[in-house]
Amino acid sequence: MILRRSLRAAWLGAAVGASLLAAGCGRKAGTAAGGKGGGGEQVLRMGNGAEPQDLDPQAVEGIPELNIIQALFDSLVEPDPHDLHPVPGLAETWEVSPDGLVYTFHLRPNLRWSNGDPLTSDDFIQSYKRILTPSLGSDYANYFYNYVQGAKDYYEGKVADFSRVGVRAPDPRTLVITLSHPTPFLLEMIACHFVWDPLPIKVVAKFGPLGHKGSAWTRAGNLVASGPFMLKEWIPNKRVVVVRNPNYWDAGRVKLDRIEFYPTDDLGVEEHMFRTGQIDRTYDFDRSKVEFYRQHHPDELKLEPWLGSYYYVFNVHRAPFTDVRVRRALSLAIDREQIVKAIMRGGETPAYSVDPPNDSGYTAQAQLQGDLAEARRLLAEAGYPGGRGFPPIHLLYNQNQGYHRSVAEAIQAMWRKNLGIELTLSNQEWKVYLDSLNGHNFQLGRAGWIADYPDPDVFLEIFETGNVNNDGEWSNPEYDRLLHQAMNARTQAERYAIYQRMDRILVDQCPVMPIFYYTKVYALRPTVKGWWPTLLDEHPYKYVYLQH
Amino acid sequence: MLRFIGRRLLESIPVMFIIVTGTFFMQRFVPGGPFTAEKAVTPEVERNLLAYYHLNDPLWKQYTDYLWDLTPKRFHPGALASGLDLKAAFGIDFRPSFKYPNRTVNEIIADKLPVSLELGGWSLGVALLIGLPLGVLAAVKRNSWIDYLCSSFALTGICVPTFVLGPILVLVFAIHFGWFNASGWYGPIDRVLPSLTLGSVYAAYIARLTRGGLLEVLSQDFIRTARAKGASEARVIFRHALRGGLLPVVSFLGPAIAGILTGSFVIETIFQIPGLGREFVNSAFNRDYTLVLGTVILYAGFIIALNLVVDVVQVWLNPKLRFE
Repeated sequence: MILRRSLRAAWLGAAVGASLLAAGCGRKAGTAAGGKGGGGEQVLRMGNGAEPQDLDPQAVEGIPELNIIQALFDSLVEPDPHDLHPVPGLAETWEVSPDGLVYTFHLRPNLRWSNGDPLTSDDFIQSYKRILTPSLGSDYANYFYNYVQGAKDYYEGKVADFSRVGVRAPDPRTLVITLSHPTPFLLEMIACHFVWDPLPIKVVAKFGPLGHKGSAWTRAGNLVASGPFMLKEWIPNKRVVVVRNPNYWDAGRVKLDRIEFYPTDDLGVEEHMFRTGQIDRTYDFDRSKVEFYRQHHPDELKLEPWLGSYYYVFNVHRAPFTDVRVRRALSLAIDREQIVKAIMRGGETPAYSVDPPNDSGYTAQAQLQGDLAEARRLLAEAGYPGGRGFPPIHLLYNQNQGYHRSVAEAIQAMWRKNLGIELTLSNQEWKVYLDSLNGHNFQLGRAGWIADYPDPDVFLEIFETGNVNNDGEWSNPEYDRLLHQAMNARTQAERYAIYQRMDRILVDQCPVMPIFYYTKVYALRPTVKGWWPTLLDEHPYKYVYLQH
Repeated sequence: MLRFIGRRLLESIPVMFIIVTGTFFMQRFVPGGPFTAEKAVTPEVERNLLAYYHLNDPLWKQYTDYLWDLTPKRFHPGALASGLDLKAAFGIDFRPSFKYPNRTVNEIIADKLPVSLELGGWSLGVALLIGLPLGVLAAVKRNSWIDYLCSSFALTGICVPTFVLGPILVLVFAIHFGWFNASGWYGPIDRVLPSLTLGSVYAAYIARLTRGGLLEVLSQDFIRTARAKGASEARVIFRHALRGGLLPVVSFLGPAIAGILTGSFVIETIFQIPGLGREFVNSAFNRDYTLVLGTVILYAGFIIALNLVVDVVQVWLNPKLRFE
């Protein structure tokens, strides 16, 4: 009995399988996944890394989420598509008080949410109140309360009255933000970081308490947008589809009809999808294929400067890195040119300071300089001539990017050859690695830092004493004082002059050993236009179109 | 028989309890947590995150709270028909995911499990469809070039891992010929390459088992008797020998189904299929405590149930076992 049944099932399977195969042969790939879109429809299909955690701008932290949220939510100011400098968005104009503390934004007339509801300054106030609600546990609440007057006290429960927080809406079209200290990069931050976006508070409240994340308001059909696109479909691990929002204030400029975001968590698979025409842009790119694309598809390969640094952190509380001469000697004894040319191969540039160059008009003048002879001299001065007596040192790194290990091995060989010292490599799983790094449980650690908004402050603030991201626990009172002073600088020039002094301290003290500046490597279909290289790999969608 | 099944079901309760307890505590002792991120959050934010998810309660309390949420509290299996909701059907609440705050683990399972089951079903179909005929052919044409060809196929299928076969199929049929999408799970056409990849490994095993089983039966006396009575070769093979020859395949199918269901992670990644296998593995990397537990419990349940089915079938097929 049972045998006959299983055989019959097999024959049935055979018939269906054969018909599937036959169907497969007659059909061209690409169409099933949305394809080029019929009738000249403008559809951009993006590889988007991991599956988005959520689409609530106050409940997420990653780049895959950011890529989608940029299509759905607009902010007071928007990033310019060429260089990301802030241009008017929901706010038409704004004024800044002479002391740099009070920003008054004037919203455009007749702003609407995608469901037709009016978008007013009160939406901003209620959204800011939500992100400061402790029970929400927003990952990026500190990006808000570190700058806005009274916000931290409210977040920590020291003040219960929200009217004490420095945000006011004197009328439906005016928003006044008062800061706790001058923040010269406030507009850049608002343009590029989604914590400042207003939420459709009425809609959020309809689906659950405001102070809870994870309600159904972000699902397709519920989510109401303020940006150039609105959410049409979200099938987890399959795709997210956004379509043009007719109620967007600048809807006339939007050329794309649809953007489809595909979760692509495997580099090889993503490149296959690009080659078969399923996606127009890859999220990331396998370094080993760069050379092939450079030769055969140079028009599809993009190697663009990306505002980020790759470096090794010295734990300054662990010998021998308590001695600045050792840190400096090690920093001088590696060949960065060789690392970017032979290992990275993605157009990265060697780094001789922490700050990447051309960051909002700022380039650090202080650069790590010195030759091997100086490195050997410093090491000898520190008591280890020719590397003799040098204690064993361990590098903590992670292995979810193929190149971390290769870079580490190259540096291991360079130090052995140039200084006569031995480095052992210790590879940890991503979250274990992060836990060791954040817990200062390492001697030398691989790390990288990528900017959320274009300003040198992003790279300089992490070296402040006690900063949660200061993994090496380096501390310098003069540096802290300068950082504080820079915040209160009257002009950009004055602020940048202070940053130059801070960069000098970093180069002299070597809390980290800069190795290279990142590039963003990806593949983009040449038919995608209105797309410029920007330092944050952000490409405002309302300017993007396809030219077949 | 009912007593046997009842006893086995009762035995599975402590097994499940040990699995849940072990998983719950083991993952808490792994360094890193759901909120460990590259850009560390400030202590204030971290405090609020932990409070929101009740992660600052004592561990024993978190454990007992979780056990209570897991305990079945009602019995409406009918509710499963409309969307696999274990909470509506049995009151089993796997809680919200840490990584995906707007989805519950119940929902993720309800969304993803059918996809994995479908992939498993197609793969099993492919496995039987390729494996059985090859095995029969090899046994009938024993020691001929046909046999060697079929056996080499089987050996190759067993040796080549899916993460090699999958990308090769993609390169040839999706990129070179352009017949299929390189990945995805949209139309019926997207089922072909993943099912072929996952099915071929099992096809290889099935071919070997069929050949072996059939050869053993073909050498028995009743086959000689059948031939002596003038039965045609086809009748001997399909009518007399195949039934007995397939016994090893049948007992292989239990673990094979479990393997196909739990082992689809690689396939789901290669072809970007929105199935549960991917969630299962990624949840461990994300330290998504609730999703890890939910998927572990589900897979453990599958394996326990399939083992039970195999035992029952074996008892039923072999009367000698009934008294043991």
